[in-house]
Amino acid sequence: MVKIGVAGLGKMGISHFSIVNSHPQTQVDVCDSSRTVLDVLGRYTGARVWRDYDAMLEEAGHDAVIVATPSRLHGPMVRKALERGLHVFCEKPFCLDWREAEELAALAAEKGLVNQVGYHYRYVGAFREMKRLVEAGAIGTVTHVLAEAYGPVVLKPKGTTWRTDRVEGGGCLYDYAAHPVNLINWCFGLPAHVSGSVLGAIFSADTDDEVYSTFAYDGGPSVHLSVNWSDESYRKMSTKLTLTGTGGRITADRQEIQAYLRAPVPGLEGYDAGWNVKYTTELTPAVRFYLRGEEYSAQIDDFVDAVRDGTPRSPNGFAGAAETDRTLARIVDDAARAPVAAPVAAPSPRRGQRRGWFGRRAAR
Amino acid sequence: MSGVAMDRLLFGDNQFFGINHMSEEKARAQALQFRDTAAIIAVLDAAYDEGLRTFMCTTHERIGEICDHVRANPGRYQGFKFYPCMPYAHKYANAATDHGMVGAVMHFMPDDGILKTAVRGGVSLARKDVEGLAKILVDMEMKMFRGLETPVIFLQNVVVDLLLGMGMKDSFRIFHDYVAERYGAEAGFITMNLPALLDALDAVGIENPIVCSNLNKIGFRVSGGVEAYAETLRTRRVRAIAMSVLASGAIPPREALEWVAAQPNVEAIVFGASSRKNIRDTRTIVEGLQA
Repeated sequence: MVKIGVAGLGKMGISHFSIVNSHPQTQVDVCDSSRTVLDVLGRYTGARVWRDYDAMLEEAGHDAVIVATPSRLHGPMVRKALERGLHVFCEKPFCLDWREAEELAALAAEKGLVNQVGYHYRYVGAFREMKRLVEAGAIGTVTHVLAEAYGPVVLKPKGTTWRTDRVEGGGCLYDYAAHPVNLINWCFGLPAHVSGSVLGAIFSADTDDEVYSTFAYDGGPSVHLSVNWSDESYRKMSTKLTLTGTGGRITADRQEIQAYLRAPVPGLEGYDAGWNVKYTTELTPAVRFYLRGEEYSAQIDDFVDAVRDGTPRSPNGFAGAAETDRTLARIVDDAARAPVAAPVAAPSPRRGQRRGWFGRRAAR
Repeated sequence: MSGVAMDRLLFGDNQFFGINHMSEEKARAQALQFRDTAAIIAVLDAAYDEGLRTFMCTTHERIGEICDHVRANPGRYQGFKFYPCMPYAHKYANAATDHGMVGAVMHFMPDDGILKTAVRGGVSLARKDVEGLAKILVDMEMKMFRGLETPVIFLQNVVVDLLLGMGMKDSFRIFHDYVAERYGAEAGFITMNLPALLDALDAVGIENPIVCSNLNKIGFRVSGGVEAYAETLRTRRVRAIAMSVLASGAIPPREALEWVAAQPNVEAIVFGASSRKNIRDTRTIVEGLQA
């Protein structure tokens, strides 16, 4: 039995709790600041409940923790767990300060502890296939990447929660843009240069609703990042990467991968010259327990298995997540550095609250 | 067989709301086709005229318009039944992002309730309070179906599987008993985890339940694999409804339907279609398999 504590029972925490609790080899406690949530879970699930994280770490005898609290709390909570010798799964984004993220990655490595961050897109069949194709040279040398994410999160001015406050680790940058950025880091590492960054508020008072940026890699591709979480034309979050190379082009999203190959690649089965399309139905193996998508279960099961036998399996270690934290920080710095001129005749907003069209928000 | 009689073919509603698990492009095309509720009604009419009598639908707000239309035209829709599937999960997910877990539930509660005040105050909830809260949420989702036939009422898979994973088995019993008591309906459960759900329902004494789950030849979202499901269907008491039989189009219809018809204990198949031709084709294949 792996003994695990889940800290933070918000939207992600409750989902992680359900998935990890359904695992036949786990015994799971929960920790949250809301007495109502703990009451209901304690009574109906049989899980042991904790209101005090420190007490849980000290007294529960856990092997591992899953940290799913608001982002700014990740760093200190992860550190405490590592210092006690616990394995850690942390929700994304990892740390708001990339230096702290790197320190924690080093600490976990030094102590030989399993460390993982919930960048679940690395578990989506189509994105895994995309990476496999790129590494197999299916489209030759990648020259350009368009990384996009759109969805309907903030569609009108509304009250502030931690998710709509950048200081707390909320906003379109940390919530949405972190995902495509993490996929780019997975394929190409840390960009050498970040420029042309725009962090724009559309409806939000305290954070960004749209993120645009350009990355450059020495000897590698250029990347355009385009992210907007105030776009109602999408039913839910939609993340898409388009990679252009000397040997063809690949487009991948959660549902499918489309690959145009100028010529077949030796050793790459199932891909011919011209267009190839593969759907999630064939790219995604069934999981043990399904809640919101195979990727959410697969990442938790990888974590549990790694804790059980000490062999890390996940592509989402702290070190990789620190790379994403560092890239996000560069976008923030770059956006603060070079204001973009406002359009001359911007239409006046229908509703208040918006601070300037393409408004430059003070960074951090 | 016991309990409410179900049709062999049930008509689903994913296609009307731009949901396609395989392709965003297909989903967009469907969203465009069904932008007007009149277009949805035209397809429902075609389904009715092809002999389908059961519409298994979410509690999406646009379904409310369909309900109004059916209520206004009782002669056109004699014997037409709704199988509501609640809750429409998106609105709760969005509310959870804005207001947190407790806040999301409260967001949909009537403002004057004493319960809402209590929860806001952070006090402990007694068992009867939690049950009362669940009942109010069911009633709110059922409002749009007032006066219509709803012999089976389903709990959606996102909620069923969330509760299942958390081990909140009693909630299934609460739902089961309440829809029987208040709506004279049998409870149905949609799940992506059929074998585990049957264990949980057994544990709270819900026998021979109506359970809808993915069932397709290629094992798409058949959690634990096709073999585990086949074994479950063979050995357990369950009134199974198969969904995602075509795996979003990955399997040709005849091959898919033949395979699912050969599975034991599958009483019904839910499918979506956007044209009368596709509805008729599916019906013809299924009738041929039964003959």
